Amino acid sequence: MAGPVTPTSNFSAGFDSVGAVEPPEPDAPSARPITGLNRHRLPKLRSRWWVAGAAAAAGLALTGCQIPSFGAYRGDTTQGQDAFKLWQGFFIAGAAVFLLVFFLIIWAVIRYRRRANTIPAQTQYHTLFEIVYTVVPVIFVLILFGFTFVTENEVDAVTTKQVTVNVTAFQWGWEFQYPNYDVKVLGVETQNPAMVIPANQQVRIYLRSADVVHGFYVPQFNFSRYAQPGVTNQFNLDVIHPGTYRGQCTQFCGLYHSLMFFQVKAVTPDQFHAWIEHQQSSTTTSGTVGQAKKHAGSASAGYGTATTTVGTTVRTTTSVGSATTLGGA
Amino acid sequence: MMTDVINPPITVPGSAGGIRVPDVHDGHDGRPHEHHGPSGILKWLTTTDHKIIGLSYMITSLALFYVAGIMALGIRVQLATPDGSFVSFQQYNELFTMHGSLMLYLFAGPFAFGGLANYIIPLQVGAPDMAFPRLNALSYWLYLTGSITMLLGFIVAGGAADFGWVAYAPLSSSIFTPGAGADVWIMALALTGFSAIFTGVNLVGTIFYLRAPGMTMFRMPIFTWNMLVTGILILIAFPVLTSALIMLFCDRHFGTHIYDVVGCTTLANPGVTTPSACGSPVLWQNLFWFFGHPEVYILALPYFGIATEIIPVFSRKPVFGYKGMVFATMSIAALSTGVWAHHMFTTGVVLLPFFSLLSLLIAVPTGIKFFNWIGTMWRGQLQFKTPMLFCIGFLLAFLMGGVTGVMLAAPPIDFFTHDTYFVVAHFHQVLFGTAVFAGFAGLYFWYPKMFGRMLNDHLGKWHFWLMFIGFWVTFMPQYIVGLKGMPRRVATYPSDLGWQGYNIISTVGAFIIAASFAVLLVNLWISWRRPVPAGDNPWDGHALEWFTTSPPPHHNFTHLPPIRSERPTWDYNHPDHPALHHGPKPPSGPRGDGGGERERVPVG
Repeated sequence: MAGPVTPTSNFSAGFDSVGAVEPPEPDAPSARPITGLNRHRLPKLRSRWWVAGAAAAAGLALTGCQIPSFGAYRGDTTQGQDAFKLWQGFFIAGAAVFLLVFFLIIWAVIRYRRRANTIPAQTQYHTLFEIVYTVVPVIFVLILFGFTFVTENEVDAVTTKQVTVNVTAFQWGWEFQYPNYDVKVLGVETQNPAMVIPANQQVRIYLRSADVVHGFYVPQFNFSRYAQPGVTNQFNLDVIHPGTYRGQCTQFCGLYHSLMFFQVKAVTPDQFHAWIEHQQSSTTTSGTVGQAKKHAGSASAGYGTATTTVGTTVRTTTSVGSATTLGGA
Repeated sequence: MMTDVINPPITVPGSAGGIRVPDVHDGHDGRPHEHHGPSGILKWLTTTDHKIIGLSYMITSLALFYVAGIMALGIRVQLATPDGSFVSFQQYNELFTMHGSLMLYLFAGPFAFGGLANYIIPLQVGAPDMAFPRLNALSYWLYLTGSITMLLGFIVAGGAADFGWVAYAPLSSSIFTPGAGADVWIMALALTGFSAIFTGVNLVGTIFYLRAPGMTMFRMPIFTWNMLVTGILILIAFPVLTSALIMLFCDRHFGTHIYDVVGCTTLANPGVTTPSACGSPVLWQNLFWFFGHPEVYILALPYFGIATEIIPVFSRKPVFGYKGMVFATMSIAALSTGVWAHHMFTTGVVLLPFFSLLSLLIAVPTGIKFFNWIGTMWRGQLQFKTPMLFCIGFLLAFLMGGVTGVMLAAPPIDFFTHDTYFVVAHFHQVLFGTAVFAGFAGLYFWYPKMFGRMLNDHLGKWHFWLMFIGFWVTFMPQYIVGLKGMPRRVATYPSDLGWQGYNIISTVGAFIIAASFAVLLVNLWISWRRPVPAGDNPWDGHALEWFTTSPPPHHNFTHLPPIRSERPTWDYNHPDHPALHHGPKPPSGPRGDGGGERERVPVG
């Protein structure tokens, strides 16, 4: 390959050599008016779009919390709220890009329908355009990345902790162990075990798996993390308000993956300590993963009859631990 | 010079006004006459003709597409109710595993690089066949064997593989997934993996060495360019998958501990992340996705190429920003080898900023492609025949999938959408948008070339509109239900979370899509019963394949037009309408390699 190759430059030479009809010069009069318009009109259109987009974004920013949630949870942890704000930004940016490109496609489809059996100007390159739609997206992406970078550091920060919970996922259930209090809660499949944590405190989770890869996912926290054998993941869940939040395994983990539910009960610190004391005085709280797996085995065997009532069964909490003693906490 | 090594080995002296290629029926080159060879089933079994192999690939992969589509309907029926009992948990897990495996490994890739590319690439570069015709035949037979092997999983004891198409370790180990179904699945993929590698070799070899005189690299149609890059990506990605699978097989049967943590003591040590002397389940994820993400572009680039062939033809314009398109394809391929861990953001063991930035950057070359497609249509004369309609569908579907892909490239957003139906909706929109919308655009576009008969345009439009509506009805609700927290790969879900409505809509959409594919079958049947002759160039096509007959003769061309741009057939038919360049003037005059003079000389 020698030198720059352009179809146009070789075109005429090639046709000369085979005696074909001489093609018109690239700037033939018939082509000029159209391309002239092309060159001057569209960049203006584009800049108008950007102005409109910026104005819309600024307007949305000024309204603050009025920005809709766009289908996502607003986040009930401080980390989840950070992720939610990033989601809002990405959704607005994504919607703007979608609408711009969608409009251009639909415009082209409607405006340039074939109306006559003519051949349009054979425009193939427009260097200015091509540079613009390369450089602008790069800038756009770098801005998005900047926000992403800041947010992911906030979400993943594990600097402080007041309460520690060791979470172990297994086929097909969860164990929540409180190393500082020698308390353990575990439940399989339909038992829907509860992880009780204090709200408004920094809660560190150490997440592990006893067998295959699982996913620790609490939708309302806008967060999930794999539980993997051989890896201990740590993260903070700083729940803002007391409440009960449903959680579920997201990473496919075998036969009863669909039923691997748990819940997170965020309570006030006082209630949390009362619950801990109650657990410590109770003899039914401790259990090992080994026992749980036996339990899982029997629960699996008996599950065949329960499949038709999953919806209600998962609500009937029969936790091995006594997380239910909290009642409405 | 590149053109010095690309001369096809066959020639005839004394041709003028382009190149005359000898008629293979003459037997001048010592080959047996075509009609003296075997016929019927024996011909099919022994052929090395890229066209017959390509058609075999397409028919096989389309059959598997229908099988996998029926599996998808089973999945959707199960999910239409919260406590669906259409299939058992075990059957459900097998269904989605095989649906994904068939669609991704056996349909989307092979349909493009084994089927369409196999058929079209030699035609587009003006070659008589692929570079290694026997290797090509071996590819197909390995692919067919692998496909049958994978389907055999359903009849072995314990059922087919049920660990998802990604087969995450250690769920795929012999402890958690005993039974022959998993082994059959691994062997099937090893076979089709080799098939893909051989096809990759063939594509790269053909495009580098078998181009006709005058067909310089920068005169190749974009589809050819994309298949070249796809071939290189196949050579990068598939060996990794095949080796990873062989190691998995060793773990399952020969006592190795590559992907498992047997003997590790991680549970006793909170905070200890890497115990010594242990296998690593994360290694599987790294290897798998190092294959898996280039694979996504192995599935996408050919279909980008198809759209880039079709949109210019039905706009009556050259592709806008041809060279930008080529470099965008290369950028996508380069970036695609460095983004695999965006499938692993939630593992907690990957460098988030690096993979996030590279994933976001893929939006740039993809955006360039979008603007080039729009630029091609801009001020064109758009005609909405079926292939063009499917391309518009592709643009809109891929736009939606692409925008949500940018969202997923941000780890904090991926954290709460990963493994939910949001991701399911995203990748179905991307893959359905490319492999199905653009793939069937290609089928409607090249069917007349392959069989010399037209598909009914009216029925084609029915197919399109049903599929287009079904597509949005199926996948848009999945975004919403995913954001509400519905995980993927669940056979049941709680009834009190308000998920059922979205799932019902999605199921209805899936059946609309299924109806559209019934229309396609009717269309194919009609074209066989009441053929409408297509002629050689029914669409006023641009590239070389439209210069030869429909279907092409045994070795594709009896003569070639002069090749002076990436649109030789257009140039031949419309000598007054060459492509225009706006912006800085290109250097004028003949090229340094004497391209103008060479083509007059008979090759050989």
